[in-house]
This record gives sequence, structure tokens and C-alpha cells, in this order.
Amino acid sequence: MGIPLQSSYIRAMGLVMMFFASFFLIQYLHVSDAFSSDDIPDYFVPPPPFSEGIYPCSDCHADLEVNETRRELDFHEDIVLKHAEEQRWCLDCHNPADRDKLRLANGQLISFETSYHLCGQCHGTIFRDWKAGVHGKRTGYWNGKKQYRLCVHCHNPHSPRYKPIEPLPPPIRPDELKYTKSEDDKIPRNPLTSNYKAERKDVKEKH
Amino acid sequence: MSKKNINHICDKPLRRRTLLKGAAFGLTSLALPFGNADASVWESFFQKHFHQMNKDELQKVIARLENEYKEDYGKDFNIKSTKPIDGVKFGYGLDLSRCIGCRRCVYACVEENNQSRDPQIHWISVLEFEKGHRWVNVFEEATKYYNPHTVPEEGYFYMPVQCQQCENPPCVKVCPTKATWKERDGITVVDYNWCIGCRYCMAACPYGARRFNWAKPQIAREEINTETHYLGNRPRYKGVVEKCTFCIQRTREEPGTYPACVEICPVGARKFGNLLDPESEIRYSIEHKRVFRLKEDLNTSPKFYYFFAT
Repeated sequence: MGIPLQSSYIRAMGLVMMFFASFFLIQYLHVSDAFSSDDIPDYFVPPPPFSEGIYPCSDCHADLEVNETRRELDFHEDIVLKHAEEQRWCLDCHNPADRDKLRLANGQLISFETSYHLCGQCHGTIFRDWKAGVHGKRTGYWNGKKQYRLCVHCHNPHSPRYKPIEPLPPPIRPDELKYTKSEDDKIPRNPLTSNYKAERKDVKEKH
Repeated sequence: MSKKNINHICDKPLRRRTLLKGAAFGLTSLALPFGNADASVWESFFQKHFHQMNKDELQKVIARLENEYKEDYGKDFNIKSTKPIDGVKFGYGLDLSRCIGCRRCVYACVEENNQSRDPQIHWISVLEFEKGHRWVNVFEEATKYYNPHTVPEEGYFYMPVQCQQCENPPCVKVCPTKATWKERDGITVVDYNWCIGCRYCMAACPYGARRFNWAKPQIAREEINTETHYLGNRPRYKGVVEKCTFCIQRTREEPGTYPACVEICPVGARKFGNLLDPESEIRYSIEHKRVFRLKEDLNTSPKFYYFFAT
């Protein structure tokens, strides 16, 4: 009498456990899906900041022989590699056969517009934060369309450390604060650069 | 007969209550600006509290202000009175491991929010701390007057401070005229027409986030931002207190742009979003990064989260 009861009990337990297992599996699959590399938010990314007249690379490189040796460059003398340079040289990221493409470590070719895949190979945690909108500058609407930037908009890929910039003037100390009722043209102007104002107008028009 | 009448009046003793009533009425009428008694002055004198005005009354007040500003600044203003969005509580994140102290945010805020250029008013103070010094709660060890050729300076870190939009704001508690209050979306606002300039709120704020207009604010005409909100960046008067409103005129829209300081930050250290939305950037930072809030021990419960993204 005890045996059939036990077996049905075990069977029921098995069913319950299978249910839970599948539940966790589904959850796990869901999570892994959320962090796959195709999970790039569908937001507007401005075009890559190429130096003038430099792209497409194939304009010159189509006729040039591929030279993989580490050397002083004759044409791109403005490029100073300061980005794990001991382990890396041009063709580790630039695709030798078709210079208008970049190349991932697994040989996959990507366009310059999606260069974040290349950066994400090493900087995985930053890549994850960038996708979530926490690393890097973001403009647009907080509850609507957003504007992302590529890694290379702020970091020069050949020398990625953010370069120091000039600060805007410090506030006036309270003891130096003077008030003079002035004509409109004598009121101090905002030291904000006109660049920013132009950029802001640009953003507003785009949306 | 008439003599008897006069006697009758004089016989009546002047009561204390009557005297006070008369004096109060007399003094009030002295205080009223009879000299330039155009309608606008009267209307502003008898303007109701923001919460007690209905839609029409508020529209009237706004129309009056737009007129006044046009006279003052020679420009057409648009003053909004947009209500909070349902299901939104604003939160702000600032990545201290990224901030380089360039002060772009300070001046973007000045431009967007019509702060006085002379006498100078800044809503954001960027503090510079020496690395390895006392913890950031001790403001006395920091300076906001640093001025090197380039930032960041070697051996220093930077912490911008502005209104922390407390959930439990001490500034609101002390206001004797209820001229400042916390809105439903978590922004603490000031009604410049009800502020009497006693500056109790400035004394109560543990973050030094409020600013006082010691004189009539002066802004060059070409730099005035005419897109304003009644509780936000509309031009202020002499003798009123002002503060950061998370750019209420920009953010309280559907869709709403990021605050001006977020939009300009060149290193992307500033994050903004809806605390009630689990998908928002601000929630991601709070859940995944090392986060702290300023002077948490005071139980002000700020909605301004400093974090380290590395």
C-alpha cells in the first residue's frame, strides 16, 4: 500500500521540479537574451567623426600593398598609438583586405558606424553601461527619442584617454561681488562657448 | 442740534478694537501703491496662492506677467504652467568618477534658467577636493574657485552640488508664506510672487543650494531665454530666492528634453530620469553602481544620487 503512494508522490515531485526548472531556464534565457551583443538600443547615432578627407580608406589603400610590420607611418603621422600599443598594431582592428571595414578578433567584419562592437571586445562592462545609457553622453528626450554617441566621439581610438580641457571661469567670490546697474551692452555675457549653443539648436531641429 | 450731535459722538469712548481696526486700515492703505496704481500692481498685490488659483485665474496671472516681462525686457515670453506627469518622480545621477570639473554645466544652467549675470548667480557649484582628503560631506575642505589652465587637475576630484530635490525638504518646512513646496513629481519649486525674501529656506538647506536676488537680476537682452515655466526659469524679482528645478520647463513635457546640465556635460557624467521607471538610466545606476547621497544622516532623502561607474 505504501509503495504506490510513494511512487505517485515522487512523480508529483518530479513534475513540480520540472516546472520550476523550466521556469528558471526560461528566466535565464530571457536574461541572456537581454545582454546579447545585438541588444543595441535603436537610437540615433551620429556618423563617426572621421578626419576630413580620410574616408573611404580604400581610395588610397586599394592600390597599396598590405604591410603588417610595425613601423613609423609615412602618411598617418598624426596617429600616435597609445592604446595597449605593445600588444597591437593597425591591422588588428583595421581589415587588411577591405580597408573600409573594421575587423573583430573573431574575423567578423563590421562597419565604422558600429565600431562599438570592436571596443566592446575588451571593455565589456563599459559596453554594457553604454547600452544601458549610463556610460557616455546622452541627449534628446529623457522619456522619448535619445541620441547616443559612438565611443570614438569622445575617445580617440588610437589614444583613448579623455584629454584635459579648459574650465569655464570660477564664480565671483562673495566679497568681490559688485552690483552696478548697467546698460544692456555692459551686462557681463555668459562665457559659454557659441559651439554649444549651435549644437543645442542643431539637436532641437533634428527632433 | 448739531452741537448735540457732536457731543454725542465725542461722548462715545474710543474703544481699543476700533482704534486697531482704523489703524490697520489706515496703514494698509498707506502701504498700497497709490502713486502708480495701474491694474497690474493691484492684481499682483492681491494675487492668490498658486494652489488656490483655478485655471482661469492662473491664466490671467500668467498673461499679466507676460505683459510685465515684455515691458521690462522687450521680448515676448511664453510662461507655461505644465502640471506634473502622472507616474513620474524625477531622479538625478552624477558619476563622480567621470566629472572633470569643467563648469560647462554651471553656465548652461545660467543660460537656460535666466540667472542674473550681475550680480552673479549660479545654481550649480562645482567643488574641488584633494584626493585622499576628508570625505565629501566636509565641504569646508573643498573650493569652488579653482582656476587652472586645464581640468582635471592631477590629484584632485570634482563634485558638482546643486539642489538635491529632497523627498523631505527642510527648506519647505521653514517657509512662513508657503512660497516654496514639493511638487508631485518631486521637484521643489518657488513661487517668486509669494516669496517675501526672508531667506529662512537658505538657512535651512544643508546643501547651500538656494540663491538670493540681492538686486534686480540683470541679463543681456540677447541672452534671455523666453521659453519659461511659472515655477521655474521665468525672470525673478529683487529680493526673492531661487534654485534648481531640474529644468522644469524642459523636463515636464511629453517628450521632455534632458535638463540643460545633462545636455551639455562633455563627459556624460550627468544622468536624469524617472525613478519610478525600472528601465530608466537612473534606476540602472542606482541598482548597479556604488551610490551615495549627500548628508544622508540628515534624513532629507535627496533624489540626487552620486555614483561611481567604474
